[in-house]
Amino acid sequence: MSEVKYSKEHEWIKLDGDVATIGITKHATEMLGDIVFAELPEKGSSVEKDGTAGVVESTKAASDVYTPVSGEVVDTNQAIVDDPSKINQDPEDSAWFFKLKIKDPSEMDTLMNKDDYDKFAKETSA
Amino acid sequence: METKKTSLYQLHQDCNAKFVEFAGYQMPIQYSEGIVEEHKFTRNHSGIFDVSHMGQLFIYGGEDLIKDLEKIFPLDLKNLKLNHSKYSFLMDKDAGIHDDLIITKTNEGFLIILNAACKDNDFKILKELLEEKYKMVLDENRSLIAIQGPKSSEILNDIINGVKDLNFMSGNWFTFENQKVYITRSGYTGEDGFEISIANDFVDKLTRELINKGSKLIGLGARDTLRLEAGLCLYGHDLDKDKTPVEANLKWAISKERISKGDFIGSDIIIKQLNDGVSKIRVGIKPEGRIIAREKTKIFNQSDVHIGEITSGTFGPSVNGPVAMGYVENEFSKKNTKVFLEVRGKKHPASICSLPFYKKSYVKGVN
Repeated sequence: MSEVKYSKEHEWIKLDGDVATIGITKHATEMLGDIVFAELPEKGSSVEKDGTAGVVESTKAASDVYTPVSGEVVDTNQAIVDDPSKINQDPEDSAWFFKLKIKDPSEMDTLMNKDDYDKFAKETSA
Repeated sequence: METKKTSLYQLHQDCNAKFVEFAGYQMPIQYSEGIVEEHKFTRNHSGIFDVSHMGQLFIYGGEDLIKDLEKIFPLDLKNLKLNHSKYSFLMDKDAGIHDDLIITKTNEGFLIILNAACKDNDFKILKELLEEKYKMVLDENRSLIAIQGPKSSEILNDIINGVKDLNFMSGNWFTFENQKVYITRSGYTGEDGFEISIANDFVDKLTRELINKGSKLIGLGARDTLRLEAGLCLYGHDLDKDKTPVEANLKWAISKERISKGDFIGSDIIIKQLNDGVSKIRVGIKPEGRIIAREKTKIFNQSDVHIGEITSGTFGPSVNGPVAMGYVENEFSKKNTKVFLEVRGKKHPASICSLPFYKKSYVKGVN
């Protein structure tokens, strides 16, 4: 299993073979506040790198969730739709959003590692 | 223009507030626990709201002032008891709402609590309408805090003895640290509670004492979810110049006695709308499922015809689901009417419902 990578839109992605698990970062949940609604992509649909692949809403506002890589949606996490507060509780593990069969592994190279992301998150929220 | 800060700014910072600019003020949107926890704490325990950005307008006068204010507000102010409060609105001649407000009769005249974004304009309008006959003070030297929720009476009474005996929508002068404070039993959350007008130099001390007794500061975020669950309007969203009190379904706040006389600004339109009905009206809207329909969401009927718009919508933590209100064409305003809300290009089912979404029977001595 490869290391976890991060996007500038505050998604994390973990690759296992050719299937990637994607969610939003802890930093993202802290910026959003209490998440009260989540919408996920349709299973079987295709998503393009940096395209919209879902929505999260806090009590204050709605925000798009983007996919950091292209691929076909092979699984979605119904548990976070049923109880969106799980996203605040465990964003970088059990509250994953969707799984993709990825199209182009080289897209992973455009993403940040943990150190770079932490630095990026700190700079952009200052 | 520089953003203003309230006298509780330092305390907000000490409590890790996240700030937003609201009506020209740096105001706390939430603290570290977050909107949902703050909302629930207010419903179950006691929350303190800094509403010092709101206008506290004191107008000094006697019988003449009452007569002149009755030309402006659709209230029976002559028969309003001393220290009693009423919810009302400042209207134009077309009955369009320029602000909603709480007016209280005091021993020196009236105290009117105005929305922050409207207060300067309200002051101008009222000064003109009253022809500068009365002393009017939009007091910047006083802060305003609200304490709301079931434990608030006990907590506040521990510090300022006697407040627990106030009836709902009435007030009085009390003392704190030898300072005169004006306290009314009122609020905007659907909970029992109080609003406290106190000199800027003493509000920090009083608030810290309330926190020591177990209350907590609550941000504007939870204030919005609380008032929406309680079915209460937010000016600039649910109310504005293009809406009348009858359309806003607030006719309960208009004095029947005054309607029969019809001699206040906007009375022609109000009377006409009460007799002939209105084309659009404010309703509660409950989306099915978890979808949140926010302000400006379009509302459709079952034949896919556009019939209205959402004016406030969020997630209600006590309802544990989405809540909204908006305006629809009158024929679709009946409770349980099925409608559709267009969110991100898709139409989601919802139904018209009665307000409030959340109701507690706490009130004593409703006037």
